[in-house]
Amino acid sequence: MQSAAQHSLIDDGAGGARLVLSGELTLARIGPLERELRAMEGPVAVIDLAEVEEIDTVGAYVVCRFASAHGSDIAGASPEAERLLAAVRDLETIGDNHPHRLPVWERVPYKLGEHVFNARSGVYGVIGFLGQILIGAANLLRHPSRFPLKALVHQMELVGVSALPIIGLMSFLIGIVIAQQGSVQLEQFGAEALTVNLVGRITLRELGVLMTAIMVAGRSGSAFAAQLGTMKLTEEIDAMRTIGISPIEVLVIPRILAATFMMILLGFYASVVAIVGGAVVGQFGLGIPFVTFLLRIQEVVPIHDLWVGLIKAPVFGLIVALAGCYNGLQVRSNSEEVGRRTTMAVVSAIFAVIVLDAFFAVFFTEVGWE
Amino acid sequence: MRMKANPDDDTPAIVVEGLVNRFDDFAVHEGLDLTVRRGEILGVVGGSGTGKSVLMRSIIGLQQPEAGRITVLGRNLCGEGAETDLVVRERWGVLFQGGALFSTLSVGENVEVPIKQFHPELDPGLRAEIARYKVMLTGLPESAVQKYPSELSGGMKKRAGLARALALDPELLFLDEPTAGLDPIGAAKFDRLTRELQETLGLTVFLITHDLDTLYEICDRVAVIADKKIIAVGTIPELIATGHPWIEDYFNGPRGRTAHKAHMRGEA
Repeated sequence: MQSAAQHSLIDDGAGGARLVLSGELTLARIGPLERELRAMEGPVAVIDLAEVEEIDTVGAYVVCRFASAHGSDIAGASPEAERLLAAVRDLETIGDNHPHRLPVWERVPYKLGEHVFNARSGVYGVIGFLGQILIGAANLLRHPSRFPLKALVHQMELVGVSALPIIGLMSFLIGIVIAQQGSVQLEQFGAEALTVNLVGRITLRELGVLMTAIMVAGRSGSAFAAQLGTMKLTEEIDAMRTIGISPIEVLVIPRILAATFMMILLGFYASVVAIVGGAVVGQFGLGIPFVTFLLRIQEVVPIHDLWVGLIKAPVFGLIVALAGCYNGLQVRSNSEEVGRRTTMAVVSAIFAVIVLDAFFAVFFTEVGWE
Repeated sequence: MRMKANPDDDTPAIVVEGLVNRFDDFAVHEGLDLTVRRGEILGVVGGSGTGKSVLMRSIIGLQQPEAGRITVLGRNLCGEGAETDLVVRERWGVLFQGGALFSTLSVGENVEVPIKQFHPELDPGLRAEIARYKVMLTGLPESAVQKYPSELSGGMKKRAGLARALALDPELLFLDEPTAGLDPIGAAKFDRLTRELQETLGLTVFLITHDLDTLYEICDRVAVIADKKIIAVGTIPELIATGHPWIEDYFNGPRGRTAHKAHMRGEA
């Protein structure tokens, strides 16, 4: 029994027109009828439902809307239909389902302005966060017994030890690429032997630490943000506060110390592995024996290149950990925020690291560590 | 004239026969049988981890069972000769535990989604109106229609989820712990709403719950899952009469007795 909803208008002259509806007044079949009813004008005294085969809330709604617009009475409804009609009668449904959204030409400048404002409050927030950490550190210095040594060691393992394989692999491959590509270019000047200088200086001074910082931001900075953010959502951090434990002392400080300290070791390790990668290319591609390559490194790389790398490493580690912890603790309300904040932690950490690296490069050259 | 959801139709709404569900080596269901009659509210209870949600997911096709036959509204969905095209989806609505609203859409737009999916030919204006009255039918204020799910409280999210489940005027409604996490007043209101809608629209309701008040107040029958099977189905007095130890503990525990007393007071 599949019949479209139909209507016919009977004018009996006496008390106005009588609208007879028939067929199925259901969501699936009411489309055309609804358009016709919408276009219909003039008073209708009675809507007759006696010939309707099937009705659902949509049908009842359309009938009710028509009845109130035309001031009609409804007749011939079965008891079930009466219940439906009663349920949908008097519901105010004129309005808009869509939340207010700005058109694109307004949204772009609006968002830009919002970002500028947020950037300012973000800077204030980070400075405030640094202050909290300093207070937490001062408290720990006054009560050394409270120092979260276990957490620190655990974080050092997560940030440092378990990152060794991936950072080793990455650095080894970078060393190979620099040596191989560098030698191809230097060959044109007959200066193949300078590949050693290239690999040694660029890895110790720049790439070892920079790539490690990016990797740590992706591995650990994101983990800090997601962990702390989830703890914030599940109210673990609030629970700590009520027991009198400072989340800064037990959660943030171990992570920051671990990242700062492990970055020094990881950065050095990455540089060394990259040099080994370069030496492997030297052995097999350039005819420079492995040991000779390493000995040449000692001669051609000034010791201040090592200091440049080692001075930058803890600063980068600090930035990565700060961005991760700060963004994690900024999480409020819902899980979407955890994802957003984690992304922000990684992106802002990498951005800050690269900008600072540029400053460091200029600074160290200016002070004579060329 | 009849209603779309015809409670007088005497073929059962859901028939589950010999259902087997297994995760790795752990069997959740082992030969589970269940029949849901048309026009009833069936409550499903069981301890945590006994597979209540898995049963619901199997029926609505989100979980492929290892064996068994599932027939919903006369359509064979699982087992031999099962339909692959789930046209029956149009005839049921599902309310997930957390509401499962689409977070990038407003409440009104959420309700419009199933209508758009199944009846794209419908006039957008009418679709918007339908969505609005469904939202209001579930007792939400008009202002909620334009709000995003993240701006709603837990109870409002459930109502909005219910509005979306009701969008297509389903014959069959699945509710997964509808009152969990609601305050007692909100929970009682939600129970009443479920009952009212069931009576008005002639719905069949499959309801998973831990809420003893819900069981006493609105369920026509209760099915108990234990030992990987439905061990009993019936009204609460019938269940207690079976004397099964778990059922005894469940209904005659301190909470069960309180809910029962409250129910008796309500009757009197």
